[in-house]
Amino acid sequence: MNTGGRTVNVLKEKSKHEEQTRQLNDGSAVLIQALKDQGVETVFGYPGGAVLPIYDALYKNPITHILARHEQGAIHAAEGYARVSGKPGVVIATSGPGATNLVTGITDAMMDSLPLVIFTGQVAQGVIGTDAFQEADIIGITQPITKHNYQVTDINDLPRIIKEAFHIASTGRRGPVLVDIPKNIATDLFEPTEENAADTAIDLPGYQPTTQPNFLQIQKAVHSLKEAKKPLILGGAGILHAQAMDEFKTFVEKHRVPVVNTLLGLGGIHGEHELFFGMAGMHGTCSANTAISECDLLINIGARFDDRLTGNLQRFAQNAKIVHIDIDPAEIGKNVPTEIPIVADAKEALKELIKHQEESPDTEEWVAYLKQLAYDYPLWYKEDEKELLPQQAVQHIHRITKGDAIVTTDVGQHQMWAAQYYQLNNPDHWVTSGGLGTMGFGFPAAIGAQLARPDARVISIVGDAGFQMTAQELSLLQEFRIPVKVVILNNGSLGMVRQWQQTFYEERYSESLVPVQPDFVKLAEAYDLKAYRIDSNDEAEEIFREALLSDEPVLIDCRVKQLENVYPMVAPGKGLDEMIGVKA
Amino acid sequence: MRRVITVTVINQSGVLNRVTGLLMKRQFNIESITVGHTEQPGMSKMTFLVNVDDERKIEQIVKQLQKQIDVIKVDDITEKSVVMRELALIKVISPPHMRSEMNSVVEPFRATIIDTGKNVVTYQVTGNPEKIEAFIDLIKPYGIKELTRTGATAFVREKQKQEKEHLSILK
Repeated sequence: MNTGGRTVNVLKEKSKHEEQTRQLNDGSAVLIQALKDQGVETVFGYPGGAVLPIYDALYKNPITHILARHEQGAIHAAEGYARVSGKPGVVIATSGPGATNLVTGITDAMMDSLPLVIFTGQVAQGVIGTDAFQEADIIGITQPITKHNYQVTDINDLPRIIKEAFHIASTGRRGPVLVDIPKNIATDLFEPTEENAADTAIDLPGYQPTTQPNFLQIQKAVHSLKEAKKPLILGGAGILHAQAMDEFKTFVEKHRVPVVNTLLGLGGIHGEHELFFGMAGMHGTCSANTAISECDLLINIGARFDDRLTGNLQRFAQNAKIVHIDIDPAEIGKNVPTEIPIVADAKEALKELIKHQEESPDTEEWVAYLKQLAYDYPLWYKEDEKELLPQQAVQHIHRITKGDAIVTTDVGQHQMWAAQYYQLNNPDHWVTSGGLGTMGFGFPAAIGAQLARPDARVISIVGDAGFQMTAQELSLLQEFRIPVKVVILNNGSLGMVRQWQQTFYEERYSESLVPVQPDFVKLAEAYDLKAYRIDSNDEAEEIFREALLSDEPVLIDCRVKQLENVYPMVAPGKGLDEMIGVKA
Repeated sequence: MRRVITVTVINQSGVLNRVTGLLMKRQFNIESITVGHTEQPGMSKMTFLVNVDDERKIEQIVKQLQKQIDVIKVDDITEKSVVMRELALIKVISPPHMRSEMNSVVEPFRATIIDTGKNVVTYQVTGNPEKIEAFIDLIKPYGIKELTRTGATAFVREKQKQEKEHLSILK
């Protein structure tokens, strides 16, 4: 029976060997290797049934994986990572609830043009469509909220799809791309052939973004600039996405054209640049909004004329000729009729604009006028004898960090105060949920930002309500000692909702005053984090200094005045020239 | 105003959903839609008829469609000279003594009878949507039992109308 025994052993050996090669070359292994080939250093995710094979491959061929405590936390962290690093954020989640928990983050990334590549597990192909356990039609669900999405139906398509996904997410107008991987694809054997090799060139005839500007349009723009008496530049996030800050500065200084930013465009130019007049829009500065209303030439670079920026379109930049530079042709003329459309990458367009040796317009009078406006009508607040004002809190943070920190926010009052009072010195240091306005975004986004920039000081300015939407990610600070500084501007209310109720609903504070709150300091301590509480302006400076300059993760619960409002304000339906709450 | 939009797409699962989803998101009402293969393998072509009055809205939808990765080409061919055809099948009540009358009525439309029963007859008629409408109006008094239409498909004519002054001996 010896021989028989040997045969069995040989067979065992053989099957063990086969098992090994199979595992080396199954769909999951191909996926993880492809991520490495794409240069992915960090992935954000959460395991589950349908992605077990993928997590097994990750175990064998490790990439730094950040286990968020909720898929929404994972995707917002990936967004923060993408915004700060410029590289695609990578997310892995399981089928069904894992995938649907990503929906808010995907939409947020779509609205704010952030590059994400999202991998979701899916039930095996054999049971798709049978309402299997944890099955959700994530392709159908995410079709309108992704730049593109794929379901892998053949293992041979996997390398190509991953490559295309990264390409689509990180070129043209950036955006989220989702790849749905059925469980059987993740375990299918992958046999390399010439057709399915990862190094075949990308062939996407339907996706050819225009990056080079049209020469004649550039000429027209330069000519209009020369003719203009009151030119103005509106700088959007497109400048940051294109890494065009240097060209932008050169162009602005060459022609001495004043600049205003959109919310997402902040950081495209130094916050204290003499030609910069702050953020425009619903809570923009008086000088920025007046500049838009009175300019005779508006050069929009990489902004999309969002309604929170424009206010009433009938009253928007009525006297201005509009030049619009955007990488997405669909944005041009969408909201504001445009005389000179330029479809291009902001960097390429600015390079061409600088090249032209047309003489500069004489803007001195115009600039002096705006400077006088900025001096006469600055951002302001009425100091309170007893309570700390949220604006003061942001000013403390700015002073202590000298404007060099990376700041992340949610949406609402605290976001506007941060935008108004934290003048950024650097590009890609501002991470905020603009288009979608997502509560719960800021804190996990700060975690992603810190992972992308371990050396930077990252401060997450959040409201007490938004913070509680993703507060479970405190675990990540505890686990990895990620030195994010969480500053809660705690007014015990849903501040912006309350402000609107005060202004437009006769102070009927319907469900906007939070009756009960956790003790945020104790909450942080439960996660083994150092925490502080600030109750007055007198102690603020000292505590902020100690907390913000520490190398550890900290949480600061700032008790600020509840009934403080964000001003100036352009009421909905009003024009930018109809601001209320400007300093008298 | 009724607009005719043709969309050339890569024939992949979900692409129809993608295109109609975009139209839905922007609150377009699709009057008709046809899809089929083209002369190029792997490519399909869709023809939409939509009712839109706002110029900016139609420009926006064309641009949004163009942005889709699976969409190769989008054309608003409303203003061009086009060949457009639609097919309709119409089952009409038709007792034997009425048939010859009906046949003479439908003859100018070159409708053909493709099925008959004891008291019904099924016509097939092709043409542009206006012709189909006219045919239906004409045949309606006889009693339509069932009606189905394919929706219009179209492409531009080889030779486009040119804005030229006509030579005339009267001038």
